[in-house]
Amino acid sequence: MWIYEKKLQYPVNIKQKDLQMAKFLLAQYGGPDGELSAGLRYLTQRYTMPTGKSKALLTDIGTEELAHVEIIATMVHQLVRDASPEELRKAGLGGYYTQHDHALYWSDANGVPWTASYVQSQGDPIADLHEDLAAEQKARATYERLMSLTDDPDVIDPLRFLRQREVIHFQRFGEALDDVQFNLNSPKYY
Amino acid sequence: MPMNEREQLLLKIQQLHFATVDLNLYLDTHPACQQALRDYNRYTQELMRLRQMYEMKYGPLTNFGYAPSQYPWQWVNEPWPWE
Repeated sequence: MWIYEKKLQYPVNIKQKDLQMAKFLLAQYGGPDGELSAGLRYLTQRYTMPTGKSKALLTDIGTEELAHVEIIATMVHQLVRDASPEELRKAGLGGYYTQHDHALYWSDANGVPWTASYVQSQGDPIADLHEDLAAEQKARATYERLMSLTDDPDVIDPLRFLRQREVIHFQRFGEALDDVQFNLNSPKYY
Repeated sequence: MPMNEREQLLLKIQQLHFATVDLNLYLDTHPACQQALRDYNRYTQELMRLRQMYEMKYGPLTNFGYAPSQYPWQWVNEPWPWE
């Protein structure tokens, strides 16, 4: 069961339209290492985690990622909401406008639609947790590139928050991996 | 941008909620850390208090039976979080 909360995890108040930046931000909406991929990856891998701790962690980080999907969606929405078709076309979003108007759609920054093949679910906790660690680092690096593409503090501020969460998630996944390895290695007595 | 009273209270809730999310993840990998658990319970208490205060004034933050609504059904009221 999930509960929706009528609030963002981190405030977003973007005043300045920026269509280029909206296009770039789609990388973290429907891109391979974006927030949707992250949320779905952890929420599907959790069923084959071996310990209560790792099941809890994947459930909780997966849930937090869904809140990050909403933050990115809100940023894209606020960056494009007042844009005319002509402005969208000039920003390289003419094709996007043709298919989606001002709607949100899961593609990456180059218009490639989201696909489940971005996510692996091996049923092997060591393999899955290593994928999760890599995913957090790739998302962190993407956020750093996004932050270097804008000087709007209203955009940089939530990006800084999201980048920091990747660092924390990486830390927690590393601890979970250590713990799972310890558990798998310890002898069992019956 | 100057914030109105609702936005100020919501920001406090967001800050407290963030503390509980972050401590929650930490506790997932450190379930025996007494200090983190104490902090988690303290922030949770305070969050419940502010959430109730907010919901009485401005309507429910959650639905599906997690918060009551005044008449008429307040869940449909704007603004939504992305607005």
